[in-house]
Amino acid sequence: MTTNTKLISLCSKADLVPNSGVCALVDGRQVALFYLPEDEQVYAIDNHDPFGQANVLSRGIVGSIADVPVVASPLYKQRFSLIDGQCFEDEAVKLATWQVTLLDDVLMIDPKPR
Amino acid sequence: MNKTKLVLIGNGMVGHQFLASLAESGASERFEVTVFCEEPRLAYDRVQLSAYFSGKTAEDLAMGQPAQYAQWGYTVRLNEKVVSIDRDNQTVTSNTGAVLAYDQIIMATGSFPFVPPVPGHDREHCLVYRTIEDLEAITASAAKGRSGVVVGGGLLGLEAAKALRDLGLETHVVEFAPRLMAVQLDDAGGKVLRDKIEELGVKVHTGKNTQQIVDGDNAVHRMEFADGEVLETDLILFSAGIRPRDELARSCGLDVGERGGIVIDNDCLTSDKNIFAIGECALWNGRIYGLVAPGYNMAKVAVARLLGEDKQFLGADMSTKLKLMGVDVASIGDAHAHTPGARNYTYLDEACGIYKKIVVNESGKQLLGAILVGDADDYGTLLQYALNGIELPEFPDSLILPQRGGDGKPAGLGVAALPETAQICSCHDVSKGDVCQAIDGGAATLGDVKSCTKAATGCGGCSALLTNLVNHELESRGVEVNRNLCEHFDFTRQELYHLVRVDQIKSFDELLHKHGRGKGCEICKPTAASILASCWNEFVLKKPHVGLQDTNDTFLANMQKDGTYSVVPRVAGGEITPDKLIVLGQVAKQFNLYTKVTGGQRIDLFGARLEELPQIWRILVDAGFETGHAYGKSLRTVKSCVGSTWCRYGVDDSVGLAIEMENRYKGLRSPHKIKFAVSGCTRECAEAQSKDVGIIATENGWNLYLCGNGGMKPRHGDLFATDLDKDTLIKYIDRFLMFYVKTADRLQRTSVWMDNLEGGLDYLRQVIIDDSLGLGAELEEQMLQVVGTYECEWKKTIEDPEALKRFRPFVNADATDSNVVFVMERDQIRPATAAEKAANTPAVPVKMVS
Repeated sequence: MTTNTKLISLCSKADLVPNSGVCALVDGRQVALFYLPEDEQVYAIDNHDPFGQANVLSRGIVGSIADVPVVASPLYKQRFSLIDGQCFEDEAVKLATWQVTLLDDVLMIDPKPR
Repeated sequence: MNKTKLVLIGNGMVGHQFLASLAESGASERFEVTVFCEEPRLAYDRVQLSAYFSGKTAEDLAMGQPAQYAQWGYTVRLNEKVVSIDRDNQTVTSNTGAVLAYDQIIMATGSFPFVPPVPGHDREHCLVYRTIEDLEAITASAAKGRSGVVVGGGLLGLEAAKALRDLGLETHVVEFAPRLMAVQLDDAGGKVLRDKIEELGVKVHTGKNTQQIVDGDNAVHRMEFADGEVLETDLILFSAGIRPRDELARSCGLDVGERGGIVIDNDCLTSDKNIFAIGECALWNGRIYGLVAPGYNMAKVAVARLLGEDKQFLGADMSTKLKLMGVDVASIGDAHAHTPGARNYTYLDEACGIYKKIVVNESGKQLLGAILVGDADDYGTLLQYALNGIELPEFPDSLILPQRGGDGKPAGLGVAALPETAQICSCHDVSKGDVCQAIDGGAATLGDVKSCTKAATGCGGCSALLTNLVNHELESRGVEVNRNLCEHFDFTRQELYHLVRVDQIKSFDELLHKHGRGKGCEICKPTAASILASCWNEFVLKKPHVGLQDTNDTFLANMQKDGTYSVVPRVAGGEITPDKLIVLGQVAKQFNLYTKVTGGQRIDLFGARLEELPQIWRILVDAGFETGHAYGKSLRTVKSCVGSTWCRYGVDDSVGLAIEMENRYKGLRSPHKIKFAVSGCTRECAEAQSKDVGIIATENGWNLYLCGNGGMKPRHGDLFATDLDKDTLIKYIDRFLMFYVKTADRLQRTSVWMDNLEGGLDYLRQVIIDDSLGLGAELEEQMLQVVGTYECEWKKTIEDPEALKRFRPFVNADATDSNVVFVMERDQIRPATAAEKAANTPAVPVKMVS
């Protein structure tokens, strides 16, 4: 999967907020980035809330449902898996996700959604 | 062992209850049970018969299920009727000629509708109301007619009238007695009921003695009354009472009453020791019980006697509560004050159509009976007083007088006060003791208790009482009905609050590691943030707290549907200088914000982008504004009227007090939002009684109202204390707020919180005024700590570069969200609709502010 990926640098680790989200622009698309220090993981999913029709998911609360890391939309509280973008309230809704990696203190992203 | 041959004659509601009780006893394999059911279907709910006309089907009403009966091992003979009993040879013969041997017979033959033998009573379209077949006949007949008359204004008659009305007929009720429901109601109650029913379009004719029914001129029938009046109608429904079906008993020589009914003793046995009779066909102590509950009781007694257990039928309480065409009607015990020395208290409200009467004994200490029409909420309480001989309060009329002004409501009869023997559900004869036993046996929810005791599954009139009782009993056993906050914490908010206080926990991570699991969620994180803030009052944007907040708390503003925010600076007491007002206008203009005055006497500025918030607040803070906490579960506003300073009527300075209050409690994080108001006189222009804390000036000080709210379910505050000086007022409010913050559930407003406190308002008075828990000083001290550590979150944010970083729309680009588009409406911006965005409607250009 990762053989052809071309990772580009996005921001520094210091730009991320632990256990919360920030937003980045990647090829004109808004990507919500969530940093969970406990898992040493950064997750990247679409910032657009398909229910509220607004770009707000990076401003939601991060949590977990049975060990799956999730974000709850700040508008109507639907929850989305940070791993694959799957919505927990509506099976038919799945958000785009991006591959991201922390290389030292730089966050790298594959600009093509998975 | 040979099985006992049991023959049940009749499969109505009581017959069904007998079969169910026998099955539940676990001893049914000792019996070979044959059920004769003359109707084409098994038992159904006759009490709910009129529901058939508002959409329920015969299946919906069914009680007995063939599969269930088969599982219980009963043989059912549908459409088959026993026509004779040979008591010498112990056999029964049915209408098909079948002969069956028996050891024991249970007669549950029920009753039939009484049709007055007036000439013409047997004409076509003269019907009765008893079986599903009757209902089908009524439907068919109604389809051909325009109007219908119910003969009989009792309980069943009015049910039948509802049915005719539901079928779209012009409906009349003809009653022989001078009032409706003559057995249960008195004249005044009957009149209120009549007025209500006539309002619903049903015409009521009382004191009418039908002489004959003949052909009508303009309708199928003409009814001629003794007073010479006539009434024309297409359909006549007789519902003038019931008569026991005792013809089979008569023909085999059993003792029957002079006016009908199979005579039974306390064991429900007839004059033949091998034959029981139960339900409406049975005559006990000279009485026929035309209600289902006593019938159910007899069924249980018969089962017990068959099993050799010691149980007797000793009469039944005939109190009833029902809804007739939407009108609540209830009657308890000696409603007509027949007891020597009995005295009445009555309350009549003709405007609202409410009549209440209680009958007390000579000493005024015991409730003998009651009548309630139009509002039967007090039924449960009154019934318990009557049934259990509980001593009445000093002024018994307080039980039926309306409670106004919020104060002095007598404590409803708490479930704790009921004796174990108190009957909770009369349909299924479930006592408080039975409920407690079910809970001790493992029932952990209301649903468990219902399915295990059947309480509240009959008429449902006892549901509220049962819910209270179950909650009370569960609580007293320390059972939590899973009030866990979420999957990450097995605690309630109140428990988490104590853990935070006791363990001196300062962060969510610490709380999660010590007492929770997983990563938290959108429920527990803001709750923890609120608790941490109420306890330690640290800056909400301090690093460990950042990820806990709802977006509104994180960005100190209220997110709107398009992802932009609204800004609400504090305007304490609604008092604002022209200069500050101008600053608000200038800011709104500069950032092109939609401007609206709020209900809390402040100004809301909409349409601010994330990145604009710090810039807007820099200007506002410079001008002397503070955050209004409109985004937080915290004190919102203290609304005020202009008060004695300007107003001709004002008796005290409401604005001054409101500002002082708002500044004292601003920033206090709480389980839900809190609103205050202060009115300068009893004209109450600040609407203080609709707030969590309402203060109204009097000639002698301040009256304090607590636990009101507006919103989805408005509630007036309760008058808590009167004529307070300011120091006492503040002391009480300190204690009240802190007690609420400490003990309420997440998102529980003060009103619901208080209603859930055992003892309600009185208890709250004890805690706050009498300091019954000895918590007063601690609560005040904790409040003082919150008051003393207040900081304006926006002032702190704009001075903190770390916190400001959060307001960048993108971490890697200097751009704005292109999805945020405004259009103009009434000279201000509003978010563009999806259609407008798609159509590229000329949008308002984004104003870039340097």
